[in-house]
Formats: sequence, structure tokens, C-alpha cells
Amino acid sequence: MIRVVLPAHLKSLARVSGEVQIDVADLPTLSSVLTSLEARYPMLQGTIRDHVTHQRRPFVRFFACQEDFSLESPDAPLPPAVVSGKEPLLIVGAMAGG
Amino acid sequence: MSSVRVLVGTRKGAFILTSDAKRTNWDVTGPHFAGWEIYHLKGSPVDPNRLYASQCSGWFGQLIQRSNDGGKTWEPVGNKFIYEGNPGTHKWYDGTQHPWEFKRVWHLEPSLKDPDTVYAGVEDAAMFRTTDGGQNWQELPSLRNAKGDLWQPGAGGMGLHTIVLDPVNPQRIFIAISAAGAFRSDDAGQTWQPINRGLKSPYELPDPTAEVGHCVHRIAMHPSRPNVLFMQKHWDVLRTDNAGDSWTEVSGNLPSDFGFPIDVHAHEPETIYVVPIKSDSEHYPPEGKLRVYRSRTGGNEWEPLTKGLPQKDCYVNVLRDAMAVDSLDSCGIYFGTTGGQVYASPDSGDNWSPIVRDLPAVLSVEVQTLS
Repeated sequence: MIRVVLPAHLKSLARVSGEVQIDVADLPTLSSVLTSLEARYPMLQGTIRDHVTHQRRPFVRFFACQEDFSLESPDAPLPPAVVSGKEPLLIVGAMAGG
Repeated sequence: MSSVRVLVGTRKGAFILTSDAKRTNWDVTGPHFAGWEIYHLKGSPVDPNRLYASQCSGWFGQLIQRSNDGGKTWEPVGNKFIYEGNPGTHKWYDGTQHPWEFKRVWHLEPSLKDPDTVYAGVEDAAMFRTTDGGQNWQELPSLRNAKGDLWQPGAGGMGLHTIVLDPVNPQRIFIAISAAGAFRSDDAGQTWQPINRGLKSPYELPDPTAEVGHCVHRIAMHPSRPNVLFMQKHWDVLRTDNAGDSWTEVSGNLPSDFGFPIDVHAHEPETIYVVPIKSDSEHYPPEGKLRVYRSRTGGNEWEPLTKGLPQKDCYVNVLRDAMAVDSLDSCGIYFGTTGGQVYASPDSGDNWSPIVRDLPAVLSVEVQTLS
């Protein structure tokens, strides 16, 4: 069970309030978590990563365990603390300057 | 009893303003989709409770929302806008060719006959269509054959912002694209031709009468005369009486012929409205006076409409999709500003008052006349 925290706008879109818990078989990766997340909440398709290329949208970041995983391979295994459910995977809207 | 519903898209959400036919007391709901840019929302002419909204953000991209109850509740529908095949390239700022890249939906135009069919004008310029209420979108790709390789984005992006459906001939569609021009299809979008003869752009183009490349800001039609179109171009107001085969300038005595929106009175096909803006680099009204100009002669002779509008220190803009008319007996005219005001006139423009004053910057205004 992977715990996922969505940014506020995507929580509203998916009509969820707190964390989302996602079941992923085998060795969870960022890619497999997002695929499961989008299957459960189809309205999120295209909002986090491109529909076709699955490339991360430029102003979306992935944090976990106080680390930024945005630039890691989406097929790399997630940290053990995220896989065990101890820590959430944070999907974050990047800072907008101003 | 008749009523009106004004659909307002802003930089930070959508708002719905409703009133009875007197148009003096307004109920305001919103923001819907708070914090998101709502470029446009529009209702189906055949099912007024069916609304569509273009919702986007720099973080999370494009969404399309649909309502089946006049905007009380919404559901996200399909947001997959994929160009057909290899879309090729268009001109880029540095003179190179640049691949087509989807950015956002500027305009949604519901079919005149079917509430599940909607056209979407997008940036980079293309037209998409859904026939299942927004779940799936397919591009009409032959538009790019109309010299798409020569189109070049202006500073505001290369958006397809205007879609006008012919109410008499369902095969005929007019569209306009920023910095590319106006185009017409006579076969329901299978093929397209540029319709820019008569447009002159000496300050924007090396060839002022080029076939494509003109920065058309808006086109308007009265449904009783689908061969007559009115155009607000980057500079110049024009009209055509032959469905775009040729255009004639009708700027006449306007204080500035730069502007964005243009619209036609619901019951008087020769009565048209524009909002003059000082220049392409000074996007505010001349002399700080917010004036709608009305021509009752289809152009050339214009009168300023000022009652109830600020006549000093006003430096807002009115964007291309931010003017609309209702079809009540006394035609109502509406427009929204980048300062967040939505003004209404219940008497064809003679008198104005703000419905709301402090919304986020207004991107679009549409009006539904409900019976």
C-alpha cells in the first residue's frame, strides 16, 4: 500500500480530502504508482504526466523522505519507507515565483 | 418568465451570474474551479443546461468540465488533445520551423444541433471535435494544410480562438487564429481555405496583403445573415458580405481601430459593437475612458456608449472572448475586463452598470437567454 499526497487542486479534482492509498503489485516504482493512481482516478490523467509520453509535467515535483525524486527514472524502485507505507509519496505543484 | 445566465471565465475560476429579464438584480455563484484559469465556458444552444468549460493551469495542464444542470455541478470529461498523425512544424520566432505542441483550449463551441458535439479551438492552433459530450476529442487535421507551415505565433501565442458555425449551412465553419488569420471550411471541417483577402497588415507583415499571417482578433456573425461577418483585427475593423471571400475596412471614425472583441446585436444585424483599445502595446482604452462603440450601419459610422462606464483613469483591457449579447426583446450587451468588472447594458448599450466589480481578470463572457 503506497500512501500518496496530492496537491490541493488535484485533491479537489479527484474529490478526495486526505491521503490516497494505492495498491501496487510487485516492486513499486513511480511509474507504476502513477499508473494505478490514474486508473483509480481517471480525471487525473494528463495532469501529472503527459498522456502519451508519460513525461512529468514541468511544474510537478515528486518528493518522498525529504528527497526530490522528480529527476529520477520513473522506473526506479521507490524508497523502502514509501513502499512499506511509513512515508508518503508527495506529488507537489512546484513553487511559482512572484 | 425569461432570464439570463452569464458565464464568466477568469484567471482564477469561473463565475455564473443570473438574473431575471429585468437584468437589475444579479445572483453570483463561484468561483467554480477556484484557482484555475478558465479560458472559456459555453452552453449548448439546444440544451442550455449542458455547459462546457475549458479549465487549465500551468502546473496541471488542460481539463474539460461538463455540467448537465446549468453549472450547479460539474464533472471532468476527456482532456486528451492529441494531434492527428505527425502534425509537422510551423514557423518559430527565430525563423526556424517548430513542432506543433498542444498548450491549452482557448474556445469551446457547442454544436447548434447536438449537445454532445462540441468544437474546441486550441493552442498551438488546431480544431478538435467531440461527438460524445467531451469524453473523446479528435482533431480536424486538414486545417494545417491551409499553409500551416507558414503560421507563426504572436506574443499571445498561436491560438485558435474563434469558431463560428453557420446556422443555415451545417457544412460551413469559420475560424480565426492569432497571427495566422481567418479560415473557412465548406465541408464540415474536411478542408479549409484562408479567407483573408482585403486584410492589410502593414505594421505586422512584410507583405501587408499576405494570404496568411494576419492577426485576426475576433469574428462575429448574426445568425440571420451567415454570409455577413464582422472582424476586429489587430488593427482595423472589417466586414465581408460574401462569407469571407473579400473584406472591407469599416473602422470609420473609431478613436482607435485596435481592439479585441466584436459582436452583433441580437435583433439588428447591422448593429455591431467594439471596444477600442489604444494600441498593440498599450492595451487599455484611449484617454483612460472605457467606451463601447456602436455602429448601427454595419460599420464606418460609430457612436461612443459611455453612460455608466468609467470615463477617466480606466486602464483595463477587454479580451476577445469577453463580450456577448442576450436575445431578450431589449437586447442586452455584456463585457468583462481584465480589471475584473463585468458590465451589462439591458438596452442595447445605451446604459451600463457593473454586475460585479472585483473578479479576477476576465477572460471570457458568454450569455444564455433562458425561457
